[in-house]
Amino acid sequence: MTSTASVHDGTDGADVAPEQLSDVVIRFAGDSGDGMQLTGSQFTNTSAILGNDLSTLPDFPAEIRAPAGTLPGVSAFQVRIADYDIHTPGDVPDVLVAMNPAALKTNIGDLKPNGILILNSNEFKKVNFKKAKYEVDPREDGSLDGFRVFEVELTRLTREALAETELGNRDKDRCKNLFALGMIYWLFSRTMDNTIEWLGKKFAKKPDIAAANIRAMNAGWNYCDITGAFQVRYEVMPAKLEPGTYRNINGNSAAALGFVAGSRRSGLPLFLGSYPITPASSLLHELARYKHFNVTTFQAEDEIAAICASIGAAFGGSLAITTTSGPGIALKSEGMNLAVMTELPMVVVNIQRGGPSTGLPTKTEQSDLLQVLFGRNGESPMPVVAPSSPADCFDAAVEACRIALRHMVPVIFLSDGYLANGSEPWKLPTVEDLPDLRGNFASGDDLDDDGQFLPYRRDAETLARPWAVPGTPGLEHRIGGLEKQDGTGNVSYDPENHELMTHLRAEKVARVADTIGDLEVHGDPEGGELLVMGWGSTLGAITGAVNTACDNGLKVSRAHLRHLNPFPKNLGDVLSRFDKVLMPEMNTGQLALLLRGKFLKDIVTYSKVQGKPFTRNEILAKIEEMMEVGND
Amino acid sequence: MTETATLTRKDFQSDQDVRWCPGCGDYAILKAVQSLLPELGIPKEKFVVVSGIGCSSRFPYYMDTFGFHTIHGRAPAIATGLKTSRPDLDVWVITGDGDSMSIGGNHLIHALRRNVGIKILMFNNRIYGLTKGQYSPTSEVGKRTSSTPVGSIDPPFNPLALTLGAGASFVARSVDIFQQHLVDTLRRAAEHRGSAFVEIYQNCNIFNDHAFAYMTDKANRESQAVYLEHGKPLVFNGGAQGIVLNGMRLEVKDLGNGLTEEDCLVWDETNPLLAQMATQLLPPEFPTPLGVLRAVEQPVFEQSVGAQIQNEIDRQGTGSLEELLSAGDTWKVG
Ligand code: SF4
Repeated sequence: MTSTASVHDGTDGADVAPEQLSDVVIRFAGDSGDGMQLTGSQFTNTSAILGNDLSTLPDFPAEIRAPAGTLPGVSAFQVRIADYDIHTPGDVPDVLVAMNPAALKTNIGDLKPNGILILNSNEFKKVNFKKAKYEVDPREDGSLDGFRVFEVELTRLTREALAETELGNRDKDRCKNLFALGMIYWLFSRTMDNTIEWLGKKFAKKPDIAAANIRAMNAGWNYCDITGAFQVRYEVMPAKLEPGTYRNINGNSAAALGFVAGSRRSGLPLFLGSYPITPASSLLHELARYKHFNVTTFQAEDEIAAICASIGAAFGGSLAITTTSGPGIALKSEGMNLAVMTELPMVVVNIQRGGPSTGLPTKTEQSDLLQVLFGRNGESPMPVVAPSSPADCFDAAVEACRIALRHMVPVIFLSDGYLANGSEPWKLPTVEDLPDLRGNFASGDDLDDDGQFLPYRRDAETLARPWAVPGTPGLEHRIGGLEKQDGTGNVSYDPENHELMTHLRAEKVARVADTIGDLEVHGDPEGGELLVMGWGSTLGAITGAVNTACDNGLKVSRAHLRHLNPFPKNLGDVLSRFDKVLMPEMNTGQLALLLRGKFLKDIVTYSKVQGKPFTRNEILAKIEEMMEVGND
Repeated sequence: MTETATLTRKDFQSDQDVRWCPGCGDYAILKAVQSLLPELGIPKEKFVVVSGIGCSSRFPYYMDTFGFHTIHGRAPAIATGLKTSRPDLDVWVITGDGDSMSIGGNHLIHALRRNVGIKILMFNNRIYGLTKGQYSPTSEVGKRTSSTPVGSIDPPFNPLALTLGAGASFVARSVDIFQQHLVDTLRRAAEHRGSAFVEIYQNCNIFNDHAFAYMTDKANRESQAVYLEHGKPLVFNGGAQGIVLNGMRLEVKDLGNGLTEEDCLVWDETNPLLAQMATQLLPPEFPTPLGVLRAVEQPVFEQSVGAQIQNEIDRQGTGSLEELLSAGDTWKVG
């Protein structure tokens, strides 16, 4: 918690005047049945509407319902709110709400010294200690001494607050997260209006449940107000964001909107072939709701059929996409190769998770980079676009559509679980400012002088082939996975032609670099001692670390890659201008391997594969180590 | 649009040399399809032929239509995406027993379950041809091939029982060299609303010659095949024999001696139990049933998909991108 000035404005009846904070990190942790994701999202949305900059990190178990009260069943949601521009959901929470001993055990290690710890004391009993594998009551062994502990009988107080309702104890207990939320709203001087409105809508058909939840939340608020339990109260003022209209958005929602925008801007219907997989399924769910945008979502029998249906739709003239995670990419690779060979436009979305195999379905990782670049038989180049923040998923999705349609090529959209579920304020774009993607199909006028149609005749600039959709008279032609003769597209086993086509497919992708702009260096573009380079979701932590290092007087620059194939044209030049390059990656150094190979530049890999994103401090420490801070 | 009235078989022949082995049954099937399509009254540019991998899957190259020679087993999935997004097209899938019953089994059954309006022609030669003669999922037990030198041990699929089980709304069988029957069967498939599955017995004269000779040899044609025709009794062998329903069993009976056509089972292509029973008419005990086993109206996938989209447009109006982007809670800065 960064404390700024104390303001005494005597807010509505509370005796405690709120202290102003600049930046605070709150983590809600409980059993997966305790509604922690909902609680965290509500706090986030309210903070967004109040104008804070924010960043969130949900963390949920892979099991849908692990046994209640156990360690694997713990679900958490971290949100950071600030009155300035922030880049990460925060390294260490200032406030931890632990709904049971298991939640305490899995999260207490992260809480800041002297941080606020709110415990539901009703759950701190023998049977739950056993489930959480505590030998003794952690409240009594001194392990919580370094924190400001607030024990609250959340379960009992919630039941009492709802005593007059018709609900049974089970239903009453389901409201205790709202009691906790009411407390946190009080603690941070937030209005409850948004959540009250939201509950009313969500439980429109069950008004008694809505009323009970609202009552529980009010009770939590009042509890703080009356008992003065906290003695303190905080306030975080709105952030000075760029002027505009904002909404809070997570990465998968932003990507879904990006694809709808791509469809609208190209005038093509959107077709999604997909198969449920964590953490990509929410893209399918979201797009399934946009039928009135002429969006077709097809839940296929498997990952293979999902991409194949999309290829069929691409052949037919749709803006086709398929969404999955790494294990699905493994199954889709022959389909991706077919799209490469037939040079059909489509976007293959990979929301990366921990691997190999089933790996860590709900945890994040960046370990599919080499898979999407090289995990197919033959020479099979595909452009790769990697979003770098939840809101950036929108722009990256539009960019992936642009490349696919302009260059007639399947494109990888390489996000990860952290971006997919994390959220931040998104400044709404102006529709007219989005790229115009219209005008894609070949027509009967595209015949050769001798009246022949050449399905593999290439555009002089991009090398794209014409998109000749079935139903267009005169353009009847055959495509397929066998090697094509340049121009005619007829099957060809000619050795020289195969070599030519291999190079043409590579060159076509390489020419995408003509349209993506240069890599920007933040800091000293002329070069210097250290460049911190990253790609994808590490942007927030890297930016935070580099900014802090600069504030501390270190001369560090940073650059972030969004296009991983092809690279921006000036990448080699940028790398050569720095003595050292540090590359944090949530893998064991995949991009570093590529850059070393391509540019013969030594790269220092900073690897983290814990299923968790980098923290700012981890990267900062590494920067300091490389700059030998404190060694001289 | 091309003039449909003037289309002929020649319009559907591409300029590519046909590369099947001389004598292969595929030639006859190609001829049947090229004869039928011009008669359907559909503009040529609306036809798309989609195939997987195998000898039969070379088919699209020989058709002067839009064509897609895809990957092993996946043709029904690709055709599903194409037909769902473009219901105006006439989509034909060409596949073989290896392609559709083995590596692509999942896609086949799901396309049929959904009742996507695609026509699936499965050339069944009971062998892998393109990879040089391994046994296939329709090969008989004991088949000696390069991969089963002492005989195969796994029982074959019954393709008609399998596809009926998947809920197919149209299932039929014909034979490469029974040209008129083949064209008539394919016409029924073409006119069917929804998925149509046609198993076509196809002779691979290189790796599995005479696989169907028990029925296709001139001497056996009458006695070893029975033609299923809706509303007509199951009579074969030039009227000398018929099939009767005895309790829950089908039996072959010699006609005469008081037993007439009227005692024979009258074929009903809408009766699911009869269709399943017909799949069990196996040689040598029974004549092989040819024709349409099942043809029923069921909701068609791409039409239902389109209707849902139209309903949502009617209900909510055509989506506005501006509104979508600014949906939910927003706030203004500056
Ligand atoms: S191998 Fe058999 S199926 Fe293949 S083309 Fe030759 S004869 Fe026909």
